[in-house]
Amino acid sequence: MPYIPHTDSEIREMLNAVGVSSIEELFAEIPEDMRPKSFDVPHGMTEMAVLRHMENLAAANDIDMVSFLGAGFYDHDSPAAASALISRGEFYTAYTPYQPESSQGTLQAIFEYQTAITRLFEMECSNAGVYDGGTALYEAIMMAVRATKRRKVVISEAVNPIYRIVISTYTKNLKLELVTVPHVQGRTNFEGLVDAIDDKTACVVVQNPNFFGCVQDFTELFNAAKALGALSVMSGYPVLQSVIKTPGAMGADICVAEGQSLGLPLSFGGPYLGIMTCTKKLVRQMPGRIAGRTTDVDGKTGYVLTLQAREQHIRRQKATSNICSNQALCALQTLVHLCLLGDEGLRRQALLSMENAQYAAAQLMELEGVRLLNDAPFGNEFTVLFPGRGREICVSLMSRGIIPGFPTGRYYKGLENGLLVCCTEKHTRAEIDEMVELIGGLA
Amino acid sequence: MISNDLLYTKTHEWLRQEDDIAVVGITHFAQEQLGDITFVELPNVGDTITAGEEMGSVESVKAASELYSPVTGEIIEVNAQLDDAPELLNDDPYGEGWIIKIRCSEDPEGMLSPEEYADYIESEH
Repeated sequence: MPYIPHTDSEIREMLNAVGVSSIEELFAEIPEDMRPKSFDVPHGMTEMAVLRHMENLAAANDIDMVSFLGAGFYDHDSPAAASALISRGEFYTAYTPYQPESSQGTLQAIFEYQTAITRLFEMECSNAGVYDGGTALYEAIMMAVRATKRRKVVISEAVNPIYRIVISTYTKNLKLELVTVPHVQGRTNFEGLVDAIDDKTACVVVQNPNFFGCVQDFTELFNAAKALGALSVMSGYPVLQSVIKTPGAMGADICVAEGQSLGLPLSFGGPYLGIMTCTKKLVRQMPGRIAGRTTDVDGKTGYVLTLQAREQHIRRQKATSNICSNQALCALQTLVHLCLLGDEGLRRQALLSMENAQYAAAQLMELEGVRLLNDAPFGNEFTVLFPGRGREICVSLMSRGIIPGFPTGRYYKGLENGLLVCCTEKHTRAEIDEMVELIGGLA
Repeated sequence: MISNDLLYTKTHEWLRQEDDIAVVGITHFAQEQLGDITFVELPNVGDTITAGEEMGSVESVKAASELYSPVTGEIIEVNAQLDDAPELLNDDPYGEGWIIKIRCSEDPEGMLSPEEYADYIESEH
């Protein structure tokens, strides 16, 4: 089939069939002033010229910088075998590959993905993924609203501000009361959250580690919420979940996360994967697809999409979400990554990242006038305050090939001197030393 | 199978009147159409419901259907057994598989007698 389907004779044939004599006549219905002045389509280029053009465009990106950016998206390593396996043509198949129950392989992979994720978070149920961490958090809030039939949502300001923007945008036209409780020096404000929860509250929403990197235990907060009939929603960081107290152990009702850190590359913002888990009690409120394992009439193991009686293709008006595309390939990539790393590999990845962060923080503290935002425990990310503005430090270092972190002043008033610094197992001591040295040289 | 001492709706609920208390469930015909029932979404005790309006749903392996209230009143009891054993709706729809008890604030209106319901499902299906 040619790439350009319309030859002159085909166009004439189609015009004849419609009963008009020219393209102009075909579009005569469209008022003159509403038609495009010109299509401005450039002439064709040779393959070599196109390649050169694309390479020049790609070269305009800074792809060789050393980055200490995190803030919800993390540059972790993934075994080369993971991308080799996921690149197999069988996985890049038709739209909604899990739909027919004959796709046993895909359904089994989804089932195993769900199993891996529920074990990681110590939660009872997982779906097969939604778009990303931010939309997952929005869906979690809507689950709580439906389950409790209440309309107030209490959210910590230490939840990723990008997610909070997603939530306020998505809920703009819904009759929800969104109460944001300010952080205290980067710590999640437990007292403020408990005070804000009342008998009208659907859920309390927190993040662990929070946006500033603090690792906290939310068990008591979740108990307090439960006592008032509110659900507990947490946004987590999957890699660290292998070493810190799990949302399940803290008593969370719903836990969501951005799945990117589990083997998906930082690819200019996606596609990423929204992880969603919950207690069994809430499973019917969970949007998206869930694969289950069962036995057929002959007693053989089979995998099926389950709980789909509420899905939009059966009861559109009752569907719990309008998510119609599944993140099957991203979920599969996550599963392959987790299987290749294993428990120990994931744990090592987390511990090495945290060691690097501890080292970076200690080195930065050696600089004059530099201090940590607070003394709370942190994982692989921490907020550090400088005598100068965080953003200016970033700009200065970027010209030297290093992005030292995320300037907190972008989203938090009063924290203009802050930088959120993230390390992963991929950073070397030399890179950290160079970053610290360059910052030290700015004074 | 239609029980002779009950009243019926066209949406396949049954009602057993005991003074001002009404017990409500779904019919044998309904459970047969739905197949294996996996979940019953119940209203809350204390909720006020209106005749003809949605009060919950029944989910089976192949479909989910709304439950409509046959009468107006206040929910005084729900069959908590259904949380763990929704299959009671299949096994004993007119007995153990009852769904809610309502304190009626009005008399039921426009309900079908056992004979009318039998004719109705005969003609509709």
